Amino acid sequence: MAAPRVIPCLDVDAGRVVKGVRFQDLRDAGDPVAQAARYQAQGADEIVILDVSATPEGRGHAVETTASVRDVLSIPLTVGGGVRSPVDAQGLLEAGADKVAVNSAAVERPDLVRSLARRFGSQCTVLAVDAARVEGRGWEVVVNGGRTRTGTDVVSWVRRGVELGAGEILLTSWDRDGTRAGYDLELLGAVTQSVGVPMIASGGAATAAHLAEALAAGATGALVASILHDGITTVTTLKSELRKAGIGVRP
Amino acid sequence: MSPTVTIVPTGSANIASVAAALRRLGTASVLASAADEIRDASAVVLPGVGAFGPATQRIDDAGWRAALIRRVGDDRPTLAICLGMQLLFEASEESPGARGLGVVPGTVTRLGRGVRIPQLGWNGVSPNGRSRYVDAGWAYFANSYRVEAAPAGWAVATTEYGGRFVSSIERGNVLACQFHPELSGPWGSTVLRRWLTAAEEAS
Repeated sequence: MAAPRVIPCLDVDAGRVVKGVRFQDLRDAGDPVAQAARYQAQGADEIVILDVSATPEGRGHAVETTASVRDVLSIPLTVGGGVRSPVDAQGLLEAGADKVAVNSAAVERPDLVRSLARRFGSQCTVLAVDAARVEGRGWEVVVNGGRTRTGTDVVSWVRRGVELGAGEILLTSWDRDGTRAGYDLELLGAVTQSVGVPMIASGGAATAAHLAEALAAGATGALVASILHDGITTVTTLKSELRKAGIGVRP
Repeated sequence: MSPTVTIVPTGSANIASVAAALRRLGTASVLASAADEIRDASAVVLPGVGAFGPATQRIDDAGWRAALIRRVGDDRPTLAICLGMQLLFEASEESPGARGLGVVPGTVTRLGRGVRIPQLGWNGVSPNGRSRYVDAGWAYFANSYRVEAAPAGWAVATTEYGGRFVSSIERGNVLACQFHPELSGPWGSTVLRRWLTAAEEAS
């Protein structure tokens, strides 16, 4: 069977890694190439880079960052953030991304998912979904870095995305992002049961126990960010603790 | 000094990753355009991510079919990756009616039940003992279809995902992997390096 993945995520703004709480208050957290190489050496199974630049000038660095990170990585690389068209996706894939994640633009134009899947394959097409809890009604999709609530039900949107050809879901809990309170397991459970594609849990990881819970809830991969960037733990430590808990991660 | 590798541009998304992995091993690569470049190259990589039908269409439109079939038949150093491996077979359930290169007998089928599809992640690879390029280890996969039955005359490795499937086949200077050696860390680099060494000896 495939091994559950531990996936460091680098939020990149104008070529630098940043990390905030609930997508806000971004702090500088380093050079993406050095960090990607360090996490790879620690045993990361994949790297995700999300471009969170607020300006077109900032986003202009994304292709260059992707190419520089690709040069040092011999593990898969997913790149997302600001992907609005097949041409954007192609630029990132040609620069060395193995998968491209779409988020806000796909919510506006769901057909973007279909175009990417047809052109590059479902294996390359990741649907990133940011989910915020709605009291008593499950979760709604939020876009534009959490600034806009759409009213769209997360489970329905993920189902639709998979029908359109998304080969993987990157599911972020907006409520938990950067809080270190653990992944939103109810959200994960609801979404993993509704579709048959691989699922990456994101938002809230602080400990190996949190990762283990997410994998038990059906995630096939767990995204980690601030606890690595802040030096609280390493991928090596997380994977060793997961192994002790009986989870068959890649050595 | 390993020979320059010629990559067949099947319109697939993993070309940059393949080129970067070769660069890290000190090997240059170029993209092929004409069929004679594929026929005459000392080493050829047939990469592939995406669907079987469109890839066979592209091979035919570009006039590469005969050159690819001849290379494999003549045991010229050739490495087929992911969809590239599937293209060596006769047909695929993914694109009924599309004709594969047919240099290896068999049909490609959809991954079994009870697993998330596509398979995206690391999985164990077990060679059957006669492999020259592939050791037991962990490889990265990105596939929805696979080869189930080991073709006669080829050394194989297998992997479990919704049942056992063939994760690599090799014969002489030809290696085809369902996994992505270019994305499989140091283990994958070793697979690439061994094939490059064979290509160098053959040239």
